[in-house]
Amino acid sequence: MFDYDKYLRLEMFPHIWCPGCGDGIVMKSLLRAIDRVGLQKDEICMVSGIGCSSRLTGYVDFNTLHTTHGRPIAFATGVKLAKPSLNVIVITGDGDALAIGGNHFIHAARRNIDLTVLLFNNATYGMTGGQLAPTTPTGKVASTARHGSIDPPFDACKLAIAAGATYVARGTSYHSQQLDRLIEGGIKHKGYSLIEVLENCNTYYGRPNKISLVELLEWEKDNTVNVKAAERMTPEQLQGKIITGLLHQADRPEYVAAYEQHMTRMQTKVGTAA
Amino acid sequence: MSTQSKSRKVKLLQGNEACAEAAIAAGCRFFAGYPISPSSEIAEHMSVRLPQLGGRFIQMEDEIAAMGAILGAAMTGAKVMTATSGPGYSLKQESIGYAVMAEIPCVIVDVMRGGPSTGLPTSPAQSDVMQARWGTHGDHPAVALAPASVREVYDETIRAFNIAERFRMPVSLLVDEIIAHMRERVDVPDKSEITLWERPRPTVPPDQYLPFGETPTGVPPMASFGEGYRYHVTGLYHDPRGLPKDSPDVVDATMRRLMRKIELGAGDILKHETVLLDDADLAIVAYGSSARSAKAAIRLARARGIRVGLLRPLTIWPFCEGPVADLAKQVRHIIVPEMNLGQLVLEVERVVRGGCPVHRVNRVTGEPIPPDEILTKIEELAKG
Repeated sequence: MFDYDKYLRLEMFPHIWCPGCGDGIVMKSLLRAIDRVGLQKDEICMVSGIGCSSRLTGYVDFNTLHTTHGRPIAFATGVKLAKPSLNVIVITGDGDALAIGGNHFIHAARRNIDLTVLLFNNATYGMTGGQLAPTTPTGKVASTARHGSIDPPFDACKLAIAAGATYVARGTSYHSQQLDRLIEGGIKHKGYSLIEVLENCNTYYGRPNKISLVELLEWEKDNTVNVKAAERMTPEQLQGKIITGLLHQADRPEYVAAYEQHMTRMQTKVGTAA
Repeated sequence: MSTQSKSRKVKLLQGNEACAEAAIAAGCRFFAGYPISPSSEIAEHMSVRLPQLGGRFIQMEDEIAAMGAILGAAMTGAKVMTATSGPGYSLKQESIGYAVMAEIPCVIVDVMRGGPSTGLPTSPAQSDVMQARWGTHGDHPAVALAPASVREVYDETIRAFNIAERFRMPVSLLVDEIIAHMRERVDVPDKSEITLWERPRPTVPPDQYLPFGETPTGVPPMASFGEGYRYHVTGLYHDPRGLPKDSPDVVDATMRRLMRKIELGAGDILKHETVLLDDADLAIVAYGSSARSAKAAIRLARARGIRVGLLRPLTIWPFCEGPVADLAKQVRHIIVPEMNLGQLVLEVERVVRGGCPVHRVNRVTGEPIPPDEILTKIEELAKG
């Protein structure tokens, strides 16, 4: 039996998440991954934005920074650059990372700074009552799109790959063992890692769209295909499926390491000038 | 302290360069910025100097990111700064409020240009006085300093760091474009002449540490991330441990402590200069570049036998209420020249409470106020 308690601030419970919410499943997966990597609690800085999933940082016993809406990656960049010995993990939601914080999401990927970004994608703004998100599928109902959304959604993984991220993975709250491994890989990876997690908001996405919690979880199972299995499937078989697993990994200079080399060069320059 | 000290250097510095050099002297080792006129020289200077000193410089993707990055860095123990101008200062305001709530020391330099909106990107104004006070939402304390010369930019930058660290507060340095781009002779003080204040540090073991607890000064000790004091930092109302709480008693105690720490610290924060006020029956209250015009006007008026003096706040927030209230009892008229249509004058009027008439001399043309304009007002009032 995994001992979650040693990583939790137990006095903070009960948590704010609705019954059936995916956030708790993902939090447990994150704690198991941290345990597998073998990090000490003092070595971890967890930075979050605003939204239901971003409340996670209040529940875990690390150095935790619950910032403003959309900005956790910017804050995390400051933490990491100022103190590279910290393992910096960003907890963010689809609205936080892809709408209001989209600029930080792509620029941190461009720099390839060593952050692990765990993006909880529930396709809605849960905390504020189910408004249209940049990830809501076209046609689905939201409190600000009562007759169905006309907006096309973002693909967070494609966005991160295009922007330069060097570890990009997608998991679901249904496939929790796979998720453990994807998060573990992201933490170990030196560079910008994105792990997008498809999860449910049964309260504000499921209910207005008349989809039950069980159906939401089954959707995660039935509509996703592991990247390895996908290699053996035809385009017809893959129609409408979402690919999960480690989607992209690349080797490119990491930002903090590059900065440290730059610093040495600048100091040598001064040395010779003096 | 000896002015003959060998390590003391005389330099011809631009205001923005003086700001960057002073920040380094104050111990700033992390700067995040975004290009904006007329403040960019600060970032340019830091981009060379900080890596040389083992510090960190990063150009972020936008103004908001720059503000976020310095706050993240400050949590690891670094002294941090960012620099911007009016539009960027507006973008940073939400995170400045976060710094107030989460009690994260930081310095924000706002080189004031003409606004609103894009306004006058390379011309001076004093248009952000009220933004420095009320730019972020919610009730909150504010600290803002307004230097009037390049040497003073140096000293006030160091003072901004000292206040930020001692009180765990964001501190704004309001420099106007004239002083930011002006070059003046600066006697750069020797390291031994500079007094630095550090943030209060915990003296108890981690299990007893209260990062947001009550203290006699109202300022709780601040541990750095990664040194064993694991704690939570949030912009939500929180209890002494930093954990989110919205019960009325916690909210009330937190809000009042945030205000009280600045009230209790006023002696360390407030600073003003007086010029020829002893015998004055007319007074000018001015800050920044306008105070330089005021001093010139006073010289001309004194030569004509008019008894006029100057009260110059260097700390504009919190406002120097006592000295201004006393001034209203001494003089017949107060004149407030500003490169805006009246911002700090509202504070003067509030404090004077009709004790004497308060007159405005304003200019919003992107040009400094000529001393003659102030002199004309002085002469008009001297006759009356």
